[in-house]
Amino acid sequence: MIKDVIYTISSNLQLNSSVFEMRLDGDTAPLNKSGQFIDIALSGKYLRRPISVCDYDENGLTIIYKVVGEGTKQMSNMQKGEKLSALCALGNGFDDSVTAKKIALVGGGVGLPPLYGLAKRLKSQGKNITVLAGFNTAADMYYINEFSSLAPTRVATADGSAGTKGFVTALMDEGEFDYFYACGPEPMLNALLKTGLDGQLSYEARMACGFGVCMGCSCKTKLGAKRICKDGPVMTAKEMR
Amino acid sequence: MDLSVNLGGIKLDNPVIPASGTFGYGLEFAELYDINILGSFSIKGTTLEPRFGNPLPRIAETPSGMLNSVGLQNPGAEAVVKEYFPRLKKVYRKKVFANVGGHDEESYVAAAEILSKEDIVCAVELNISCPNVKAGGMAFGTDPDKAAAITAAVKKVCRKPLFVKLSPNVTSVKDIALKVVDAGADGITLINTLLGMAVDWKTGRAITAVPHAGLSGAAVKPVALRMVHEVASAVSVPVIGMGGIESAKDVLEFMSVGASAVMVGSKNLTDPFICKKIIEDLPAVLSEAGVQDIKSVIGRTDRCAK
Ligand SMILES: Cc1cc2nc3c(=O)[nH]c(=O)nc-3n(C[C@H](O)[C@H](O)[C@H](O)COP(=O)(O)OP(=O)(O)OC[C@H]3O[C@@H](n4cnc5c(N)ncnc54)[C@H](O)[C@@H]3O)c2cc1C
Ligand SMILES: Cc1cc2nc3c(=O)[nH]c(=O)nc-3n(C[C@H](O)[C@H](O)[C@H](O)COP(=O)(O)O)c2cc1C
Ligand code: FES
Repeated sequence: MIKDVIYTISSNLQLNSSVFEMRLDGDTAPLNKSGQFIDIALSGKYLRRPISVCDYDENGLTIIYKVVGEGTKQMSNMQKGEKLSALCALGNGFDDSVTAKKIALVGGGVGLPPLYGLAKRLKSQGKNITVLAGFNTAADMYYINEFSSLAPTRVATADGSAGTKGFVTALMDEGEFDYFYACGPEPMLNALLKTGLDGQLSYEARMACGFGVCMGCSCKTKLGAKRICKDGPVMTAKEMR
Repeated sequence: MDLSVNLGGIKLDNPVIPASGTFGYGLEFAELYDINILGSFSIKGTTLEPRFGNPLPRIAETPSGMLNSVGLQNPGAEAVVKEYFPRLKKVYRKKVFANVGGHDEESYVAAAEILSKEDIVCAVELNISCPNVKAGGMAFGTDPDKAAAITAAVKKVCRKPLFVKLSPNVTSVKDIALKVVDAGADGITLINTLLGMAVDWKTGRAITAVPHAGLSGAAVKPVALRMVHEVASAVSVPVIGMGGIESAKDVLEFMSVGASAVMVGSKNLTDPFICKKIIEDLPAVLSEAGVQDIKSVIGRTDRCAK
């Protein structure tokens, strides 16, 4: 189900130089999986901005966003109490019913947020999960304490300023995991596909509608053309490999 | 209030028709609201063979509008008839405009023939104005003789009224309109998207993978109004106007310059409930304008000119 919901901002916290955590109070009934996203209307901007839901409960939801352009800049200046219109809920989300012995949750940069809600769910199901978080540099890190309180969390940075030096895939030992959930930049997703491991990956695309009608976001898969916004953003490793 | 209009024999309960490419095959919108409230809707541009379309990114944001270079992604005419129409009929009792694309005369003719046979189709909308395909598309819509030839060829096999959708990327849209009406078009729809471009100032790279893409949305409205006015004043067949329509007031503007009905495009993408809102708003907006019968709005700009 998709609704046009008017949310009230209850907090808009700066987590590091460019990443913010925004808490939105309002209807979350349409959400049913981790990895779904909302599409935010901003004044003066023709298109909405797709942002993953990091976590939600019956009273509201949390998003984490990085300021990369004018729209996210505008969001970062919004104050507690302001209203925000967003389409909720979009996308398929992660299938958390998979049974696996040892699961890796792999996030790169602002790909981490949807893995937070997922980590909570998988933990409550008693699954064995490890969080692998990749950043460019130590100053980009955020939410490490939050993840650590849920599951063992390892960090990699491209410049070696924190954790292991290198890409997030360097944090996985051969044969250590039998399943993964991932969200992050496409090179990271491609590297994961190359490992041969089974899993699910969340993709991004420039979107116009976000609910499957404009064909602005199609990608080719083993199962034919799929819309990242509606059939995704989560795809299986099997169909993308 | 009676909002019905008549497009040369096609009766619609109201003049609001979601535009091709912004409403899919109706199924996603049927989950959001009862799409039977619409006058009709125009299906995604459908070609004889399935098409994947252009590489990503296909979308860019622009001031008061957007660019798309989708490139007519569609499952092909047979799949639309066998898979999409049966599903649509379960949620939709009215009829659709079958927007037809192609890359040469034969492919247009074959797709129009297949789709026009279907009961659910009230009219064919011949898209000779898509800027996002290499062969065919806009190449037909920007050359008056080619536009006339393809109209005549499709008209021969088309079992339903034939509307031809015109490109704004021409010097004289009126000349093309006159030619296609002469060749047998039963109606005109316009405008398709304007060729445009968006560039990243940091990298110098075009935003869309195919650099030249189609501009739509509020930004094109003044151009669209001018073109609908020019065409509606020149031809005697019904004209359906579109380009940047976002409100019931916009609907009145397009009908004033001569449109008998309107199509709403890009706004469906940013506000999926917009057509419902427009239809609900129309009675109040008409009364505010002191209008009793919506049909009396059609062409009133010229009547009040002097
Ligand atoms: C399904 C999905 C989930 C996302 N989740 C998050 C998230 O949780 N946190 C986060 O920080 N970012 C997320 N993004 C990326 C986010 O949508 C963009 O960073 C944001 O739209 C940029 O807007 P802007 O106005 O600041 O940038 P501008 O560059 O000014 O935007 C111009 C246009 O390009 C689009 N655009 C620019 N970059 C992207 C991008 N990377 N992906 C898609 N569209 C883009 C914008 O939406 C807008 O239409 C997600 C994207 C998708 C598709
Ligand atoms: C994403 C997108 C896809 C489109 N696809 C088609 C198409 O398949 N066939 C067609 O005739 N027009 C297509 N159009 C053009 C619209 O139907 C319409 O003519 C144009 O967008 C102007 O109206 P608007 O400003 O209300 O969007 C498309 C437009 C958009 C934005
Ligand atoms: S963004 Fe419109 S179909 Fe995905």
